[in-house]
Amino acid sequence: MSTANQAGAVVSQRWPRIGNRSKRVLPGFGLSLGISLLFISLILMLPLTGLVMEVSAMSFDQFWFVITDPRVVASYKVTAFSALAASLFNGIFGLLLAWVLVRYEFPGKRLIDAVVDLPFALPTAVAGIVLATLFAENGWYGQWLSKLGIEVAFTPVGIIVAMAFTSLPFVVRTVQPVLEELAPEDEEAAVSLGASDGLVFRRVIFPALWPALLTGVALSFTRSLGEFGAVIFIAGNMPYVSEVTSLMIFVRLQEYDYAAASAIASVILLVSLVMLFAITLWQARYLKRIEGR
Amino acid sequence: MTITVDGINKRFGKFQALNNVSLDIPEGKLTALLGPSGSGKTTLLRIIAGLESADSGRVSFSGKDVTKLHVRDRNIGFVFQHYALFRHMTVAQNIAFGLDSLPRKQRPSKAEIQKRVGELLEMIQLPHLANRFPAQLSGGQKQRVALARSIATRPKILLLDEPFGALDAKVRKDLRRWLRNLHDEFHFTSIFVTHDQEEALELSDQVVVMSQGNVEQVNEPTELYARPDSRFVFDFLGQVNVLSGEVKHSRLTQGSAWVTIPGIEHQGNVQLYLRPHEVRLATAPVAHANLPLRIEAVSLIGSEVRVELRPEGWESEGSDNIWEVGISHAEFNQQRPTRGDLRYAVPEVGHLFTGKDTQPVTVNWDEADLSPRIRLIN
Repeated sequence: MSTANQAGAVVSQRWPRIGNRSKRVLPGFGLSLGISLLFISLILMLPLTGLVMEVSAMSFDQFWFVITDPRVVASYKVTAFSALAASLFNGIFGLLLAWVLVRYEFPGKRLIDAVVDLPFALPTAVAGIVLATLFAENGWYGQWLSKLGIEVAFTPVGIIVAMAFTSLPFVVRTVQPVLEELAPEDEEAAVSLGASDGLVFRRVIFPALWPALLTGVALSFTRSLGEFGAVIFIAGNMPYVSEVTSLMIFVRLQEYDYAAASAIASVILLVSLVMLFAITLWQARYLKRIEGR
Repeated sequence: MTITVDGINKRFGKFQALNNVSLDIPEGKLTALLGPSGSGKTTLLRIIAGLESADSGRVSFSGKDVTKLHVRDRNIGFVFQHYALFRHMTVAQNIAFGLDSLPRKQRPSKAEIQKRVGELLEMIQLPHLANRFPAQLSGGQKQRVALARSIATRPKILLLDEPFGALDAKVRKDLRRWLRNLHDEFHFTSIFVTHDQEEALELSDQVVVMSQGNVEQVNEPTELYARPDSRFVFDFLGQVNVLSGEVKHSRLTQGSAWVTIPGIEHQGNVQLYLRPHEVRLATAPVAHANLPLRIEAVSLIGSEVRVELRPEGWESEGSDNIWEVGISHAEFNQQRPTRGDLRYAVPEVGHLFTGKDTQPVTVNWDEADLSPRIRLIN
């Protein structure tokens, strides 16, 4: 018994113990947690449960048949590959953008900082139409690119462009605060020890940014997996070549096959959840190590 | 390596951080840059390191101009107030960083680096913590690791920016002693920045007192303490009791207080500065001084008993209007001064400022002047 009590005591030092009101300093724990849980349930969990319910109406064979349909499998490949390419591009470009926004002073900095959020604010369909127009063969970008023999609109490359556009803010906004909080002394210490600029970046700055960058890229990737509005206008939507999974869901919906739509959606959901969960776990371990918690 | 600083100016916007500063730092000595915050001491250190560039002026190491040389090529060790350890690296990796960063041709082999890190870990007495991360260390341990890291590449110059500023009193004292030993062993030319006069006087071979971007005075600690050049240095180097008043016929008077000053020809306003240990307390006025004070507080902590007194019928200069006198514990046990008692301060040595920017004149009240009868009262 006594060991159980000791364990309990250790836990209560770190976390407010539920049901022991007298020891808590911050008021409102019960109320705020209650409201948060209610909203998470109503807005996140309930719809997801609905999805699972819909799927569970199918037998496993039916489910497997729907999600392994060759056209759907091809769309997984296109989606995953494009999302990966887009999120990697964003990883590099977003890091650069965050770096410029944090490290340098220049006219128009505030404006660029605000413009970064535009993909979040803009309806994705609008973005899709604009991108399709720009990259079409007679569009502003498209006419030059076609001379180089590069086709973007209505090809898988177009999907990457659309995905990169809509998910760029994820990387910038996760990396930016971490970059802002980096102590200048760390870099000064490294330089005073004789390190070159490249080495300072590689061994001092990048390891500090790495967890945030990975989170940003993962968010960008999962967002891209489900992107619909921006993609369908520019993708061309050719079966087996440039159809994304969210389009397949849409097609099933139009056929009033809700169960099949839910089945495909559940695949995306599962992949996203597993990825986010894995990254959160990894990050917690990494931070635990360097922060000594 | 000697360090020469020649006519350094530095401005941050409208703020003149350094105003035409010139300095010579002797080889192998431990020099303290001492001053209040905003005096420019840290800026000067950073300019010597090359972390900041001066608007004008030159820095040279052993006669070689390094003003334009990048910090990474100056081969200095720099220690930061908040350690600046790389938190994603272990203690051993932190210490090895300077060696790892050497260009391939100069870089020692992996085994040699490991050996050197091992030696440094022994030196800072933390070999058992080699694989810990900085977050798992105490403040004192972190600063020792930072020191080991900064000297891993054997720099000739060691620069420390308030190295003990973030540590608590006990650790600070230990680390101070340890730094002094380290310095004596390796004979760096070291400069450390501090705002703590006690630390500067205790630890260094030479103290540079700075104020508002200027060098006020440079001297050895004992000389500096005994003979400050200016009111600022006097004030800054510790508690001081001030009697300011008018001199007429060799007598300095203010309200009910007076002190005779032997051999003074000056007439007019002067200030008499007295350190707490240059004053005795008597129960009656003496022939050469009448400085009545009432005891406000007695502090028994430390090697000396500190008595705080408030002037009675006159005023001390300074915001708190308090005089401080140090007496020995033996004296305390004899006299038992308590709050509310009246005492008379008896100056033994004083420092007289007459003009505005003049150096002080040291005044000695000859022992013979004090009649034996009055001395017995103590």
